[in-house]
Amino acid sequence: MVLKLLEQLPETFPFALILVLHRQKSGPSEMDKVLILNKHTKVIEPNDKDLILPNQVYLAPQNYHLLVEDNRSVSLDYSETIHYSRPSLDPTFESAGDVYAHRAAGILLSGSNHDGAEGLAHLAKMGGQAFIQNPAFSSFPAMPLAGLQLVPNATLVKPSELINSLFSI
Amino acid sequence: MNEWIDILPEQIDDIIQIIREQYGYDFGDYSRASFTRRVKHCMQAASVKTVSDLQHHLLNEPSFFNWFLQTLTVNVTEMFRDPIFYKALRETVIPRLASYPIIKIWHAGCATGEEVFSMAILLKEAGLLDRTRIYATDLNPANLEKARRGIMPLNALKEYTANYLRSGGTEDFSSYYEAKRDHVILDSSLLKNVLFSQHNLVTDQVFNEFQLICCRNVLIYFNKTLQNRVLHLFYDSLVPLGYMALGMKESLLFMDVRPKFDTIKDEAKIFRRKS
Repeated sequence: MVLKLLEQLPETFPFALILVLHRQKSGPSEMDKVLILNKHTKVIEPNDKDLILPNQVYLAPQNYHLLVEDNRSVSLDYSETIHYSRPSLDPTFESAGDVYAHRAAGILLSGSNHDGAEGLAHLAKMGGQAFIQNPAFSSFPAMPLAGLQLVPNATLVKPSELINSLFSI
Repeated sequence: MNEWIDILPEQIDDIIQIIREQYGYDFGDYSRASFTRRVKHCMQAASVKTVSDLQHHLLNEPSFFNWFLQTLTVNVTEMFRDPIFYKALRETVIPRLASYPIIKIWHAGCATGEEVFSMAILLKEAGLLDRTRIYATDLNPANLEKARRGIMPLNALKEYTANYLRSGGTEDFSSYYEAKRDHVILDSSLLKNVLFSQHNLVTDQVFNEFQLICCRNVLIYFNKTLQNRVLHLFYDSLVPLGYMALGMKESLLFMDVRPKFDTIKDEAKIFRRKS
C-alpha cells in the first residue's frame, strides 16, 4: 500500500509526506532503501531536528517516535512504545495536527492494532483532514476500523484513490 | 481507552514556569512537542484531568513533583542498544583509550544505567576496567538509585544478549549478572569504578575532564539552542582528541561546534575533539 502510494506520487508535490510504518524495533533495516527504489521519490529517514520541507517523503526511523515541532522540524523521541509500537502513529498524527492544523491531512492505512486512531481523532479535531483506508479493501482491517470508531466522519479511501484525494485537498 | 487531554502552548509555558520557580529545574529549552507529550503522559498516569489541577498539584505538593519529574523525563534505555555502535567502540575507541594511564568516561543522561553497564563490560573485556573511572550522571535521582543497584527486568535480557552478541561480544553474557525470579542483578564488580551522581545538563557546568563522553538519545529531547549549549559543555569537558558519542539519529551537522570535531565513525555517530 505504501509502495503503491509512493509510485503514484508525481515528480513534484507541494506538501511533505511523513510515513510511519510499524517496523521491527532493531536489527538492520533496508526499509529506506526499498522505498528509495521508487522513481523520483527519495525517502529520507530524518535526523533529529531536521526541517520538514515540501516535495519530500520522510520515513520515521526505526525505534523512534517522530514528532513535529512548531518550527516545522522533526523531534525524535525514544520514549515508551505505544500500542507495542515505536514508531507509533499516534504521536505523529497528534503533533502534526497541533502544528499544521487545517493544513494537515492524516491517512490511516491497513494495520493490525489500534495505533493511530486517537492521534487521527486529534488531528481532525485540530482542523486537519482525516482519511482512512476502506476496511473492505484492507488486508488488516483492525486499524482502519479502530480509526472509524473514533473518527466516524473520516473520508474512506481505496488504495487507488489515495493520491487523488490528497491532491483534492 | 485513555482520556484525551488537550493542552494549549501557553499552558505549557505556565507549567514550565512553575517548575522553574518552585523547584529550580528549567525545561524551557526542551523540545516542545515531546515535552508536551510527556506532560500529557504524566496527567494520564496520575488521572489529573485538567491543566489547572496539574498546576495546583505542582504548586502545593512537593511529593507529587518528585513523581512528576521521574515520569516526565524519558527513562527508556537498554543494554548494547545499537550493536554497531558498541562494535565501533570496541574496535576503534577502546584501543585508543588504552594509552591513558587513567581512563575517564562520562555518561551524560545515563537513565537507569544500562548503557553504563554495557560500557563496563566492554572495558572489562579489554582489560581496562580497573583503571577506568566512569562518571554516570542523570537529572533524575530515582534513575540513579536504580542504576546503582544494577537491577534490570528479566524479560529484557533475551534482547540484551542478542545485542551483546551482535556487538561482537564473545563471552557468556549470563556470567555478567545473577538471575532472580523476575529481575537480574548486574555483577557488582562491574560497577566498582562507576560514580553515579546527579547532574543537570541545562544548568550544571564542567566538572572534570574526560577522554570519552557518551550522550546518546538525550539531546533529542532538547531544542537546538540547548543542544548547542550542551555540545559546548561536552567540548569543554573533553581532553584534546577526546571522543564523543551521540545517538544514531543525532547530528552535529548544523551545530556551531561542528568545525571543532572530526567524524570518526559517521554510522555510529562517534566524533573526536580536534586538538
